[in-house]
Amino acid sequence: MDYVKLINCMRCGMCLPACPTYKETFLETASPRGRVALVRKVQEGQLDQSERLLEYLSLCLDCQACASACPCGVNAGELVAEFTCERKSESGLGFMEDLILRKLVPHPDRLEASMAPMRAYQRTGLQKLVRKLGILKMFPKQLERMEGLLPDLPARPLRQEIREVTPAVGTERGTVGFFLGCVMSLIFSDASRATIQLLSALGYKVITPKNQVCCGAPNMLGGDLEGLKEAARTNVDLFGGHEVDFIVTDCGGCGAELKKYGHHLEGDVPATEFSSKVRDISQVLALHAEELFPLLKPLDLRVTYHDPCHIAHCQGIRKEPRDLLKLIPGLQYTELNEADACCGSAGTYNIERPEMSDRILKRKLDNIRASGAQVLVTSNPGCLLQLKKGLAEHLPQVRIMHLTELLAMSMQL
Amino acid sequence: MEESFINELKTIVGEQYTLTDRESLAVYGYDSTPELESLPGAVLLPGSTEEVARIMRLCHGAGVCVTPRGSGTNLSGGSLSAGGVVVQTSRLNRLLEIDEENLTATVEPGLITSALHREVEARGLFYPPDPGSMNISTMGGNVAENSGGLRGLKYGVTADYVMGLETILADGDLLRTGGKVVKDVAGYSLNPLLVSSEGTLGFFTGITVKLIPKPQTKTTMLAHFPVLQDAAMAVSAIIAAKVIPATLEFLDKVTIKCVEDYAHVGLPLNVDAVLLIEVDGHPAVVAEEAASVAEICKKYRCSFFQTAQNPAEALKLTEARRTALSALARLKPTTILEDATVPRSCIAAMLKVIQDSAKKYDVTIGTFGHAGDGNLHPTCLTDERDQDEIKRAHAAFAEIFDAAIAMGGTITGEHGVGLAKKKYLPKLVGESGIRVMRGIKNAFDPKGILNPGKIF
Repeated sequence: MDYVKLINCMRCGMCLPACPTYKETFLETASPRGRVALVRKVQEGQLDQSERLLEYLSLCLDCQACASACPCGVNAGELVAEFTCERKSESGLGFMEDLILRKLVPHPDRLEASMAPMRAYQRTGLQKLVRKLGILKMFPKQLERMEGLLPDLPARPLRQEIREVTPAVGTERGTVGFFLGCVMSLIFSDASRATIQLLSALGYKVITPKNQVCCGAPNMLGGDLEGLKEAARTNVDLFGGHEVDFIVTDCGGCGAELKKYGHHLEGDVPATEFSSKVRDISQVLALHAEELFPLLKPLDLRVTYHDPCHIAHCQGIRKEPRDLLKLIPGLQYTELNEADACCGSAGTYNIERPEMSDRILKRKLDNIRASGAQVLVTSNPGCLLQLKKGLAEHLPQVRIMHLTELLAMSMQL
Repeated sequence: MEESFINELKTIVGEQYTLTDRESLAVYGYDSTPELESLPGAVLLPGSTEEVARIMRLCHGAGVCVTPRGSGTNLSGGSLSAGGVVVQTSRLNRLLEIDEENLTATVEPGLITSALHREVEARGLFYPPDPGSMNISTMGGNVAENSGGLRGLKYGVTADYVMGLETILADGDLLRTGGKVVKDVAGYSLNPLLVSSEGTLGFFTGITVKLIPKPQTKTTMLAHFPVLQDAAMAVSAIIAAKVIPATLEFLDKVTIKCVEDYAHVGLPLNVDAVLLIEVDGHPAVVAEEAASVAEICKKYRCSFFQTAQNPAEALKLTEARRTALSALARLKPTTILEDATVPRSCIAAMLKVIQDSAKKYDVTIGTFGHAGDGNLHPTCLTDERDQDEIKRAHAAFAEIFDAAIAMGGTITGEHGVGLAKKKYLPKLVGESGIRVMRGIKNAFDPKGILNPGKIF
């Protein structure tokens, strides 16, 4: 951990109103400024690395809203994540972490196979039965929550269905590599299919390398730095073998991680080059707004947009998704209050810290209700999972869609 | 702190709202003041006025010190406690009433300043004080510190808006001062005394502030001046022309360079000063005043002048000022932000003193701030690990404060004395000033348990 990054915090407090957990608790220990101070005091030997201290730090969503608010460029969320990751890696990976992070996540085939029972569980009607009988009440709370978050799964993961090369429609303007996120492929395959169609419709040849592996974000979360570097290496080498203008993703979380490969594999030229080519889908589409506009058919919908943390705070992308939505004729765009506040999904946070996650989700749902929107658009699978469940339970009249799904709908693709 | 005493505190506010673990105490050991830290004995988050009164009564009996705290954005160490009880107002954060007939708002101390702005502006009303930290600062903190802000020149500071206070005294008794009446000469005026008392005289539990109609429109302008003296003369000339801008902000050469390096907003590096000017009010008046401002800036040889044509342009023009602190703060780990204030006719002379002191002590000081009201923010960029440089920075500031006093100014315009400026206060107010202040403190808090060690 770089000590200067910690002492750069001047404790001005500008991060406090941006922090979802501070807004819920008003506790300094639950604030970005407080977390930086705790980490700093451990580094300075003034505080021990107690269970309680780690418990305080674990309340951080790592949404990085604090980084957007900080006048001096301190990223408290990232510092806490780094600190936690270092602590976890010191103590070595546990059996479950090793199983998931090393034996499952880096191998798309195994990951997909592991979902098969879930798919069968839904298709055979077993899910309905289980839910009806309340069987899950007998299992640990976390399992019940995980099950509740799972939407209907597509018949097959997109990775297995999609062709490695999708040609451009009309004159080819360039080539992009498509980074297909694990959750997008396994759960939100319709959205990623729409992404590929949009790129192709705008004249891009789209290469989706079959052997790409998970971006590594779960490894970072689990304290597996080695696994993260391995994932980065594999993907950098794989995409390096193709001549592409951009590496595009429609997953906010993957995009944020891919843009950091240059940092993870420090000094590695291909990794830096890889990261410099990474774009969120909204960035590429916004480049071609003029060509896109004539392809869009009217949609008579009231729409609002939720900024995923990994897109707004980690990548600084706010304008492009909104501009794209406003391009659609007939669409009434309303801005969501606190649009860039976390929805409480935050990786596995909604399973690990259910109580705080629910409080944060409730605030988000209240804002969505107040916006009067019929459709909520966002562009990150974590947010899609969390908000889909939240809307289904509390605001069933509001539909949630990925940005590319709505654009594809307007293009009647 | 003794366990039996902590247990008594717990019976008042509840276990959940009594923090005594090492980690919590550590993070309540600071506020926004650089270099200062001290550990409290306990942190309490009361949920009602009654609980505050009971805390005060208990602490008064036991002789335990109490320090009120809002969001902990104090810039003079005022919310720090050495071994005492810190009482955070965050749960007392209700907006109790907006009285549109009497044009007042009554709030609890923990209400965030900008939340009050939003609520009153939605009703076409206006609460002008806008400290830089308004998105997190609390009304209680603003009152205790008499916070200023960008709009101070035209609209005044917090003290100009406080009409009534409900205060829990050191012994737990309740004191009500003022109210919703515009005129009130019954006895000593205690409100102005309590405002800016920095938590040393009482604990505010209710605050009634004056509201005014919201200005109908505003115009934003930006001017670049190649010569500092010209910018200073333009400021004086604007006021002399009987135009009182809502905002009249200034950036010096060091700040301009930092802003440009960091944010690339298109500032030229060959100018000495940038002025950001906003006039607000009735559309006809605003148009007339904006024309005068343009004419004056041109007369004093500005090299660039722009009037925003719409809100988006206005936002762009204010960008340099908004990013000033960020741009400066990024250069070095430690940022010491001061608020020496002089009569506005002395601004040019004060800037010269700041530049000379920075040079003499070999430290980097960027200055920006409220040119219109003479409240400057010389900001020293340093590194707390470099003790020699820190010493030189303090020496430079000591000189700057001396100069401010000599010009008829003050050592602090809006941050308060707290711990950080204690040693400079006697120079400003003299022995008699300190004696009177001590007398007042004794009248309110004879046992000296309220935020001890602050101011003097």
